[in-house]
Amino acid sequence: MAVAFWILAVVSVAAGIVVFVVDSMARATFALLASLLAVGAAFLLIDLEYLGVLIILMMVMEMLIMAVFMIMYMMNPAGLMPMKMVHNNRGAVIISGAVFVLLTAGIFLTSWPQRRGEPPADPTRELGMAIMGSKMLVMMVIGVAILATMISTVVLATHRGRYDRYGEDLKRRRPLDPGPGQGPGLPAAEHHHGHGSCGSPDPREESG
Amino acid sequence: MTLQSFLLLGAALFAVGLYGALSQQSIVMLMMGLELMINGLIVAGGAFWYFLAPETADGQVLVLVAITVMALEMAMGFAVVTALFRAREVDLTDEAKDLKG
Repeated sequence: MAVAFWILAVVSVAAGIVVFVVDSMARATFALLASLLAVGAAFLLIDLEYLGVLIILMMVMEMLIMAVFMIMYMMNPAGLMPMKMVHNNRGAVIISGAVFVLLTAGIFLTSWPQRRGEPPADPTRELGMAIMGSKMLVMMVIGVAILATMISTVVLATHRGRYDRYGEDLKRRRPLDPGPGQGPGLPAAEHHHGHGSCGSPDPREESG
Repeated sequence: MTLQSFLLLGAALFAVGLYGALSQQSIVMLMMGLELMINGLIVAGGAFWYFLAPETADGQVLVLVAITVMALEMAMGFAVVTALFRAREVDLTDEAKDLKG
């Protein structure tokens, strides 16, 4: 048991490190999947069969979907070129190392309380009774959160279409982002076509 | 197999994830760091249930919430990246720091 745990722990952390080492984002996704699967398997060692299997099944699907998105946003297909896209690498290493040392010190210096009670014969049944009984509010809040996420992801991700019309005659386009880095720069005539919100006057603008 | 060893695993995953969240330029890679951090929290939650309070299901419910949050975070993250990319063709954190103080 202990040997199995340490193997899974090493696999999990090593796969977590591999995520930020490999060149391809698709490979990074599968490294993350390996890390999550090792954690799911470690849960099987501590009587949490349901949660362990749940983690394994859910993360397999989640990472497969994530891989599709990763390939969409991958600027380095198939990892053909070395990809090192980091900023403030040294600071990040120092901060995360310090956090790890701090957490480890806390883990070994805290006098943890004694274990209260024994694990029930069927923890899954216990969990089911809890979420249908005393912990039902938690599950209801999660349900609302999932619904809110579904709606807001669709709203965020859909193409801006017929609802992005402004002005009295609904002919104005969305105001352009005033910040830097707004994608391909538009020529001034194109820029002012249909909107007058950026402050500079446009002779072609008919009414304010 | 003790509480400390499980928490150590959780802390290691959290630290690796923190490194990724702080250092990666690509927003989607940053999200993988966040996923790893939540992964560490899940390990700690399960360990607290088994080693400290297995009588009640509180720890299990906490793990369930953390797993859900992980999925929701991924969905929202990709939606935000998609919206950002549609609006500005940006998928790097350094190009989306207009609100940086």
